[in-house]
Order: sequence, then structure tokens, then C-alpha cells
Amino acid sequence: MFDKTKIAGGIFQGLSALACVVIIVMVAIVLGNILIHGLERLSFGFLARAPEAGMTKGGIFPAIFGTFALVLLMTIAVIPLGVATAIYMHEYAPKRSRMVHVVRLAIQNLAGVPAIVFGLFGLGFFIEFIGRGMDRALFGGRLVYGQPAIIWAALTMALLTMPTVVVATEEALRAIPQSYREVAYSLGATRWQMISRVVLPQAVGGILTGGILAISRGSGEVAPVMFTGAAYFLPELPRRLNDQFMELGYHVYVMTTQSPDVEATKPILYSTVLVLLMLTFLLNFTAIMIRARIRKRLRYGR
Amino acid sequence: MRSGGVLSSNPEMTVIPVPKANFTGALGDRLASVLIRGSAFLAILSLILIFVFIGKEALPILTSPEIQKEASLSTLFLPHPAKPGARTEYTWQPVSEVPKYSILPLFVGTLKVTIIAVLFAIPLAVAAALYTSEFAHPWVREVVKPAIELLAGIPSVVIGFFCLMVLAAWLHNAFGWTYRLNAITAGLGLSLAVIPIVYTVAEDAFSSVPQAFREGSLAMGASSWQTAWRVVLPAAMPGVLAACVLGFGRAIGETMIVLMASGNAAVLSLSPTDSIRTFSATIAAELGEVVVGSAHYHVLFFLGASLFILTFVLNLFGHWWVGRLQKKLQGAS
Repeated sequence: MFDKTKIAGGIFQGLSALACVVIIVMVAIVLGNILIHGLERLSFGFLARAPEAGMTKGGIFPAIFGTFALVLLMTIAVIPLGVATAIYMHEYAPKRSRMVHVVRLAIQNLAGVPAIVFGLFGLGFFIEFIGRGMDRALFGGRLVYGQPAIIWAALTMALLTMPTVVVATEEALRAIPQSYREVAYSLGATRWQMISRVVLPQAVGGILTGGILAISRGSGEVAPVMFTGAAYFLPELPRRLNDQFMELGYHVYVMTTQSPDVEATKPILYSTVLVLLMLTFLLNFTAIMIRARIRKRLRYGR
Repeated sequence: MRSGGVLSSNPEMTVIPVPKANFTGALGDRLASVLIRGSAFLAILSLILIFVFIGKEALPILTSPEIQKEASLSTLFLPHPAKPGARTEYTWQPVSEVPKYSILPLFVGTLKVTIIAVLFAIPLAVAAALYTSEFAHPWVREVVKPAIELLAGIPSVVIGFFCLMVLAAWLHNAFGWTYRLNAITAGLGLSLAVIPIVYTVAEDAFSSVPQAFREGSLAMGASSWQTAWRVVLPAAMPGVLAACVLGFGRAIGETMIVLMASGNAAVLSLSPTDSIRTFSATIAAELGEVVVGSAHYHVLFFLGASLFILTFVLNLFGHWWVGRLQKKLQGAS
């Protein structure tokens, strides 16, 4: 009496729906667990104080400061580079040219390079090659830049997050109607005048999205900064470009794996993870909101 | 009577004012052009630089006789006796009196955890993508998609933390494995990092299948799941394959999760409940203490170069398949 096709269809649909449920439940478990335990110790003092008594008391202010300093430097490097690359692909190069194809391929592959490989590259290129080279040329061989430093960590991170900025900017450029460009040209604008006064102001949303997503990624990533500048504990905040710094993610890693007294650090650890999560989520949420507005315009704006 | 028409009679009013040659405009244009082209080129250059600078530090393993005394391709891949006369074995023990650099245990460990992660993540993510694009009410999509984006936004060190502090204990209590941190614990954590990328690419592939395909199938009397299974899935196959390959590439290079949740013991075994140590975790754990220029240093860069080349090839394949899907469906619609 049963319709075989219908039963098979029901099972098939049920299984694929179950996959959705499983994923959502997993996300909920991870976030719920961290939220419940993390809120116990979270307070203003926790955010504003330095660690005390071997990380068992006090707060995480230096790690928050270091993370902000890192992503600030990273943003200064990655936004101009990423935006310019996107402008090149969308505004300068002839459509479907070989060069655009190669640049796009490079960006896609850069996005797929494992974070730890960026860390190796930061050590081998920025510290050992550029830093040591600077020390030899400018400081008479004295060790100044040829060591882990926040500037090298930020530049390594900028490379890692560049694809994010490029992709978001390109999407925004695509949303700008072609007629805007034609009008600018017809008024006698040069290409750069057209880009700087017509295209870029229109693309600000996309650039912002890319920048925020890059910051979110950069503030959570640990592997690239492990050898290029992050330190577990520093009594002072970073002041110069060649100082080392504390970072939230790295702080979590070291506290989790190398704490002498796991039970004593556990509440602080949970709260640190929660702070890191809230930071990245807040950033992601903002970026998603801006992007949704751009996509809307892309759909209805023409 | 007009002598020469409007144009010639009143030149001031009719001649279109041509701006004077704007020198700064032209110069700015040229400068901007150079800078923009330069930074686009930088994207290519940085990929090349990564290859060159990691390759450069890995190369002594193949070329320098000095380094090869300690670590050469044969010591990396072939079994060696711990002491002269002892049994030959595969051991990764870079910090000991006689450093041993067999990377086979690391290779097996990497493969094991990656396969576990992918086996868990791909069916889940592809099924979820199929459901959201083919069957789900719009409101379900509005729940699942942000959840996936949320998952993608969780830093991997947080997932690693969760696996180590929570998941490992749960699994240990439930199954009583000998090792609390093992390939399955790390693999499950790793799958959380793989699911978003597989879901996103697969969902893109499903939703790029033209609506006409579905309408045609439904008009022939097929049910919605038959349409999904026999029409949409095959049409989107290159995209699904791409999703799998890109997910695999993501899993193989992921560092923090395996570093924290896998136990980091370089044992050569095929059992999924043994502790493991991966390429990426080895680099992360050992590069901090290594002497720059030593054999150990070069071996670590060799591991990094292998990871780089592997993920590079996987990514090329993945994006090639995505491109093929787009071409195929463009021709069809």
C-alpha cells in the first residue's frame, strides 16, 4: 500500500534535514558551553587589568591591546593593497585578459595557503631576510629588526587577509552601474579621477566589509604570529614597531596547553575565549550587515 | 540677412569649453596606474615569494652535504636504526642525542586526521547544502546560513580549546579510549573548520543549477527528491567535487586544532584512537625552539614546503572544477 518513491523521498529529505540540524546543534553546543562558563569571570576589571600570579588572577588587558595594535598595523597594510588589486582586476585590466586570470588565481591560492605556512614565510622572509638585512644595512649588525616583532607579525597577517579584502572590494565594484563610469569619462575625467571620485566613494561599503572581515580573521588567527612576534607574557605594552606583543588567540593557546595549574586558570581561560569570540563575532556581524545592503543594491539597484 | 550662421556669428557662446590640459590630472592618473598595477602584481609576487623563501630553506635537505649527514630524503622516508646494529624503525625524534627525522609517522598522522575530518564533514555539509538549496523553506535558510557563517567565524584556536577542554573529556568518558587526545577527537574538531567551506562551495554549486533543469524534471513527473538526487546533484557535481577538494586542502593545513587536540605523539599506527602528530602541528610546536640553520630547522621548512605544495595543488584543482561547473551551466542555460 505504501508508495516506495514517497518513502525513499521522505528518508532522503529527512536525512538532509538532519544534517542541517546536526550542524546547528554542534555550533550551539560549542558557543553555549563557552558562553556559560565564560560569563562567570567576565567583568570590566578582567578586560582592564594585566595578568597576575602566573595567569591565575587578574585580566587580559595586554592581550587585548596587543591584538588591537596588531590588526591596526595589519589594516594599514592590507587595505591599500587589497583595494588596489581589486581595482586593477575590475577597472584597469581588460576584461578576461590573461593577467586578470593570473592575479585572480594567485588570490584564490593565497587564500588557500595554510596559516602555518604564512608563519614560516614570516620567519624566513620578514625576519630572517628583510629584518636581518635592515639590521646589517642600517644598524651595523645590531639586533633591532631581525627578530620577532609586531611589525613582522602584522605584515604576515596582512598577506593572509589580503584575499578577503580583494574579494569584498571586487563585489562592491561589480555593484556599481557601468553608466556611472561612462558619465565620468564623458565629462572628461581621467581614469584615476573617475576611480577616485566616482567608483571609490560608491565602493566604500565593500571596502569596509572586506576590512572588517580581515580584522576579524586577523584577530583570531594564531599560527602566523607564533614565530613572528607574539609572546606569552610581557610586562609592558608594545610601543615600537619592533616590540613583541601579547595576542588573545596566542594567549588562549598557551594557557590551554602549557598552564601549570589547569583548574586555577580555567575560569580565566574561558573568559578569554569568550572575549575573543565576541570580538570576532561582533566584527563578522557588522561585516555581514554591510554586505547584505550591498547585495541588495546589486540586485535591485540597476 | 545672416552672414555666416549662428556658429560663426557668436563664437564665445557656442564653442564648447575645452579644459586646459590638466597636468596634475594626467600625472596623477599615470602615478595611480603604476601603483595599482604594482599592487596587483604584488599578489602574484607574494605567492612566488612564499614558494621561494620556504623552498630556499627546505632545499639544503636535497643539496647540502653538511645537512644531509643528519637529514636527507632517505632519512626522512626510509626506516633507520636508532643505534648502529639496532632494529630499523620509523621515528620522529628531532631533539635527542641522535636526532631521528623519519616523517612517515607525521605523514600517516596527518592523513589519518584529515580523512576522519573529511569523512565526517563532507556528507554533513553537502547534505545540508542540498537541503537548504532544494527543499528548505526560506526561513530555514535564514537560520542555517548564519549558523554556518558563525561557525566559519570561530577562530581555530577556540575550536582547539573546546576539543581539548570539553570534547576530549566527553568522548573519553563515553568510549574510554586509551588516549584522551587522539585522531578522532582532533578529526571531529577539524571537521568544524571544514564544514563551512564545503557547505559554501556546494551551496553555490547547487544554486547555480538553472531553474529550468528542475522545472523540466518536475514536469516529467519526478518528485522533488528525485529531482534533487538525479538532476540537481549530477548537474552540480563538479562544484561538489571542488567543495570536497577545497575542504580537504583546508583540513590538511589546519594547525591550531590538531596542535591542541591530537595529543602530538608521533606514533606510526593506523588506529584512529591513537594519538597523532601532523605536519602542521610539528612545525608549530618545534619551530619556536629550533636553531636557525640546523638540520632540524631545514626539515621543518621541508614539511612546510610539502604542505604548501600540497594545498596549492588541491586549490588549483578545486578552483578549476568550480570554473568547469560555471562553464558547463552557462552553456546549458
